[in-house]
Amino acid sequence: MTVQFHSMAQFLAMGKYAAYVWPSYGLTLLAVVLNIAWARRLLAQAKTEARRRLAAQEQAA
Amino acid sequence: MTWTWFHRLGSPPYVYRLAGRLMPWFAWSAALVILLGLFDGLVIAPADYQQGDGFRIIYVHVPAAWLSLMIYTWMGVAAGVGLIWRIKVAHAVAAACAPVGASFTAVALATGSLFGKPMWGTYWVWDPRLTSELLLLFLYLGYMGLRSSFDDLQRADRASAVLAVVGIVNVPIVKYSVVWWNSLHQGSSLSLAGKDTIATPMLIPLLVSMLGFTLFFAAVVLVRLQGEVLRRERSATWVREALA
Amino acid sequence: MNALRLVLMRDLMLAVRRPEHCVHPLAFFLLVTTLFPLAISPQLSQLRLIAPGVLWVAALLSALLALEFLFRDDAADGTLEQYALSGQSLTWLLLAKTAAHWLLTGLPLALVAPLAGAALGVPVSAFPGITATLGLGSLALSLIGSIGAALTLGVRRGGVLLSILVLPLVVPVLIFGSQATTLAIRGEAVAAPMELLGAIVVLAVTLAPLAAAAAVRISLE
Repeated sequence: MTVQFHSMAQFLAMGKYAAYVWPSYGLTLLAVVLNIAWARRLLAQAKTEARRRLAAQEQAA
Repeated sequence: MTWTWFHRLGSPPYVYRLAGRLMPWFAWSAALVILLGLFDGLVIAPADYQQGDGFRIIYVHVPAAWLSLMIYTWMGVAAGVGLIWRIKVAHAVAAACAPVGASFTAVALATGSLFGKPMWGTYWVWDPRLTSELLLLFLYLGYMGLRSSFDDLQRADRASAVLAVVGIVNVPIVKYSVVWWNSLHQGSSLSLAGKDTIATPMLIPLLVSMLGFTLFFAAVVLVRLQGEVLRRERSATWVREALA
Repeated sequence: MNALRLVLMRDLMLAVRRPEHCVHPLAFFLLVTTLFPLAISPQLSQLRLIAPGVLWVAALLSALLALEFLFRDDAADGTLEQYALSGQSLTWLLLAKTAAHWLLTGLPLALVAPLAGAALGVPVSAFPGITATLGLGSLALSLIGSIGAALTLGVRRGGVLLSILVLPLVVPVLIFGSQATTLAIRGEAVAAPMELLGAIVVLAVTLAPLAAAAAVRISLE
């Protein structure tokens, strides 16, 4: 259990692989955020739609 | 052995409430486990002696690739169950899986190609793993395309379920044919870092990260599942209670 | 079995009366293979190298074109519904339809493929090999494609969707088929890829009509 990097700069440089490592992590983070946002939007839309349907049914009754 | 638990899983109100109750547990444990795994992978795990720190991409690449296949399997099984036993909730699960799976397939491709640049010297090689991942993305897109081309949700469910089941049968054949094709056309390419042999201090964060992303998938699918169940529900009583 | 033969004969008769559904994909196939020399180079030595790929991609695209018509007319005039209600197994009837479709599109394509091959610098000795590989491969394409054609029944702009659904599923056929054609052009033994192609055909014969029948039933609901 030892930290492999001596400084923040060294960590960010990723042993000259920064240009590949950080975009990979960035894209993954983007996918995670988008998945959360899309899922919440889907649920919100389904709720709105269901409420509208309920209201229409009540009016008909 | 009673089958009541199984039958209850076919009941929309039960599943809607269960999904809502389980979701926070999955979401918070996913956040915790992913952070743990990625911290371990990025900071604690020793650098690879050949690939230096570049190999740390595998801690997001391998979980994404794992999710892409696991989600496709879930989707196919759920679609098959929905088709055979005509269970609405199973179709809702399949519908909830597809976009999540497609997004992680895209991530696996993008991170695979970012990994390929320093390792192979090019962003894309026709490596069997990358090629079959690309084909998997096309399968997901076809499934989603078919689903969205129907106005009637029930028909969309059943038609796309047939495609998902056909896809499940096809995936191993595609995989095998791509491996065969690759071995004909080029010598064995460099494999992605240590998928075959990997030292324990590098393996543990990988497994932790895979677990974390699996939990994340569960959390996202549960939210989507609630939405998909609501969309398929026509009877008002439990919906009114659930929305109150 | 009788019903099977009737469906087969009916589709063949219809094609004799309205040949354009079979002729157009064939013309398309020859046209696409003509484009490659124009786009790349007229040198036969170069074209010979890419000939298997050109023949197979052109065959795939032409098969997709033909698949659009596999069920469309019968769905529009209610024939498919009659089949589903006939008491006969829909799976078998669709298998007969798909067989007719292959006889009308796949087989002719395999027979004219040596012509296109000759224009791409393929030696005459490879002609039987080309016809055999494309014949078997197009059978697999018709069978697997029938699932896609059934799924896209009643879908607006079904043609593009059909391609997106079917192309990833037929990648194994493309890989084994073009490999067999490559070997045939080189004058080597084609047994290994042909056996794999044959295995795909066997699997497709047993499973594809089932899936297509399920898809047709869904489209009729």
